[in-house]
Amino acid sequence: MDNRKMQQTPGQTIGPYFAYCLTPEGYGRKGITSNVLAGPATKGEHIRITGRLIAGDGSPLDDALVEVWQANAAGRYAHAADNRADVALDPAFNGFGRCQTDKDGRFTFDTVKPGRVPGQGNRLQAPHISVIIQSRGMLSHAFTRIYFGDETKANDEDPVLNSIEAARRPTVIARREDTPGGAVYHLDIHMQGDQETVFFDA
Amino acid sequence: MSDSNTYLPRDWGLQPPYLYEGYKSTVERSPRKPLVPLPQTLSELTGPVYGHDAVREIDSDLTKNGALNGQPLGQRIKVTGRVTDENGRPVPNALIEIWQANAAGRYVHKVDNHDAPLDPNFFGAGRFLTGPDGRYTFRSIRPGEYPWANHHKAFRPAHIHFSLFGPSFVTRLVTQMYFPGDPLLPLDPIFLSIPDVNARNRLISRYSVEATDADFALGYEYDIVLRGSKATPMEG
Ligand SMILES: [Fe+3]
Repeated sequence: MDNRKMQQTPGQTIGPYFAYCLTPEGYGRKGITSNVLAGPATKGEHIRITGRLIAGDGSPLDDALVEVWQANAAGRYAHAADNRADVALDPAFNGFGRCQTDKDGRFTFDTVKPGRVPGQGNRLQAPHISVIIQSRGMLSHAFTRIYFGDETKANDEDPVLNSIEAARRPTVIARREDTPGGAVYHLDIHMQGDQETVFFDA
Repeated sequence: MSDSNTYLPRDWGLQPPYLYEGYKSTVERSPRKPLVPLPQTLSELTGPVYGHDAVREIDSDLTKNGALNGQPLGQRIKVTGRVTDENGRPVPNALIEIWQANAAGRYVHKVDNHDAPLDPNFFGAGRFLTGPDGRYTFRSIRPGEYPWANHHKAFRPAHIHFSLFGPSFVTRLVTQMYFPGDPLLPLDPIFLSIPDVNARNRLISRYSVEATDADFALGYEYDIVLRGSKATPMEG
């Protein structure tokens, strides 16, 4: 069964100086993406997701990279491995975004709320966004997810959420706030401590 | 989701741990609770796709893509290699993004306050796609070593940062390429954090006469292996 012929290359920290390459808008250059995933033509409910990255001593991670990957509003990923023809692609949505945290450790994404996608055993998962966290002081990247606080029913039956001990589930569920500008979801990511965010071995 | 589509796990015998005390910043930034196993669903088996519209020819030539009124200072290098997966299969169309310090050990980055000169003709970032055989090539100048605050007289070995997307969100890899014979490598906690000596040494590029551009640039070879498919590939 073991078909490994080669050993995977080890990761190394992204370090503190990635921004001019990976999120280079502040350097007069265009990156492959940004923290704005949705444009005027993108279908679905336009939302903002924001939160802070917090270290064990309470200090902000002010030089971290947050990357997000999600399905479109109909629940389809813009990728060949998602070949469900009955769920429409959205030409105005690619689903990948990046944000460098600011001096307060804050990240912000302007996107659309993703639809539900199938998980194990073809059961629908609750709407969620896949997240990768990297920064100086992290030798390997960390996987987490962002779920939506107003999706109580879907969350209750989500197999991944149910695999997490109940007390830790809130660490991956964002709180919805309705503002004049639209829905804003809030979720802080704690690297350590009592509120340590659930990180996955994906 | 059938098993044939899933990826081999991260190998924690080869990957650096979150907490490595020799690298001080890990102490407050490392997750401490056990990772929660995540079955690979469509969310993990898909990932961002970038094609030829995302890269231009000049993006792979760092000796030119930041030039203002001349050439960057330093030893010109050519770096080439192959991206494969653990099954030994080439990974085509993988987006690679790189960034590095200039020859004096200074980054263009706004928070790099190292007192070494910026080079008006060097920006230090590039991107390119692997070809059908998984091969990539870029040109640059050899980055300088630079001090950091981790411990007394700490200097990072010369390195180039690499960011890669493989075929899915779980094959993401961010790593660094080092240079052969660098006396700082045995002193560098970031390099030493990799638990396996052979895996660690695979981050050191090889000088290559074959890859060298005559009368122009020293050649280095650096291969990268991403997570492979879990299922046994069909033979023939
Ligand atoms: Fe560096």
